[in-house]
Amino acid sequence: MQNLKKDFPIFKNNPNLVYLDSAATSLKPKSVISAMDEYYKNYSSNVHRGLYKLSEKATEAYENAREIVQKFINAKSSREIIFTSGTTHSINLVAQGWGEQNLRKGDEIILTILEHHSNIVPWQMIARRHGCKIKFLDIDENGVLKIDQLSKLLTKRTKIVSVSHIGNALGTINPIKTIIQRAHKVGAKVFIDAAQSAGHLPIDVQKPDCDFLAFSGHKMCGPTGIGVLYAKEKILRQTEPFFGGGDMIREVKKTHSTWNDLPWKFEAGTPPIAEAIGLGASINYLQKIGFKNIRKHSAHLLGFAIKKLQKIPGVKLFGPLNPKIQSGILSFTVDGVHPHDIAAILDQNNIAIRAGHHCCMPLMERLKIPATARASFYIYNTEKDVEKLAQGILKVKKIFKV
Amino acid sequence: MDIYRSLIIDLYKNPLNKRKIAGADISASGANVTCGDRVRIYAKCQKNGKIKDISFEGLGCAISIASASLLTENAKGKSLKQILKWNKENIFDWLGTELGHARIKCGLLALETLQQGIKKATPRKNSTAS
Repeated sequence: MQNLKKDFPIFKNNPNLVYLDSAATSLKPKSVISAMDEYYKNYSSNVHRGLYKLSEKATEAYENAREIVQKFINAKSSREIIFTSGTTHSINLVAQGWGEQNLRKGDEIILTILEHHSNIVPWQMIARRHGCKIKFLDIDENGVLKIDQLSKLLTKRTKIVSVSHIGNALGTINPIKTIIQRAHKVGAKVFIDAAQSAGHLPIDVQKPDCDFLAFSGHKMCGPTGIGVLYAKEKILRQTEPFFGGGDMIREVKKTHSTWNDLPWKFEAGTPPIAEAIGLGASINYLQKIGFKNIRKHSAHLLGFAIKKLQKIPGVKLFGPLNPKIQSGILSFTVDGVHPHDIAAILDQNNIAIRAGHHCCMPLMERLKIPATARASFYIYNTEKDVEKLAQGILKVKKIFKV
Repeated sequence: MDIYRSLIIDLYKNPLNKRKIAGADISASGANVTCGDRVRIYAKCQKNGKIKDISFEGLGCAISIASASLLTENAKGKSLKQILKWNKENIFDWLGTELGHARIKCGLLALETLQQGIKKATPRKNSTAS
């Protein structure tokens, strides 16, 4: 793949930046920034209500973004696309909204030990209120889900299985097709947290028959503050809205109200208009590059990084270490150096990585480590970036005399 | 600002006062959840309210371990009242460097833990004295 750094203004302003933290948030291309700028400069106005040209244009752009998202994940209808503030918001919306109406005492929720806190805590909150049980699918020593154990966990009481498409700490690509098939056999719904996979892998909500799927704009070259909740239209029709306010209503009386059509029933208040337009622009940008190319590029960089880092004595790598079932995320430690110190010294060399528990404290506990350093790759990274990372780690070892 | 001075690295690799004190008068633990740093401070006091012996146990980054070493080293013979007045400036002074926003929590973990331990232990002491 050609070097895409030229598309990202941040590299012009920080020419020496080696950005290896895209799993936390990705950088933004010019086309996304200018799409948002254009809205603010040329047709900034509210959507759905204005009876003037600017508002009509804003409404059109906002709803056009929804259609771009619909095609991007191959949803049957744009009524199934709800704009939220991000994946966390989407998960909470389902846990608190759908969960509130559908979970009863003794029901079971299945998660995996790879999950981000955002796919654990909302379920704990609703489970505590309703007396539900949460069960975790474990991993093997390579950070791969023990999928054979799923059938044992699934029972008639299982109401929902919520699982990440790609684990954010180890980069494991989870077999969501198998998970969905098995969960559906016991009548459980499946929620796919696609925060790490949207923009990295092709997503098709119909092929493995997803009930719910969520992702964030900012991890796929889009802006912060926008995310998507996909849910099957049938489920959305049966679910009461969780947030009340403007735009989500049809009629408001003093004593009661009736709801707007889908998807607006779930979008109370002024939505993130510029952000939705920006998300649409980011999908267009990524589609031009092509998801096959994106996947190939990150698999290549991951393989290259594994090879480079494995050569350094004292470096321990975590996860599958196999580009076929791992995205461009690589967690590692260096013997005798705390991950925070690794990150701080790399930063002195303009290399941005993440260190800590990656919002996966149950996973860290399972791996019996307090933290890891994590490098994550995306379309703008190059082999040279990986080489600089390896050189940076050698510097860390030199400073720490290990 | 070079936070990885050799003093800090040396103290990380060979920490001072890293041990347990049996029958300590003050024992407090603290954690820096975002990094996974953990520290436990032990202190024995003299009748005049001064520190006789002080130590720590813990896991953490170079900054937090070096700070705990320097804190325990500097606290010996000091009064509890005086220690309660210490702040980040003292830590920067001992480390020989300032710490930025991202690392200040690591540097302050041991001091804040000790100060909480002192506050918890002090009222009990007063009540037995009176």
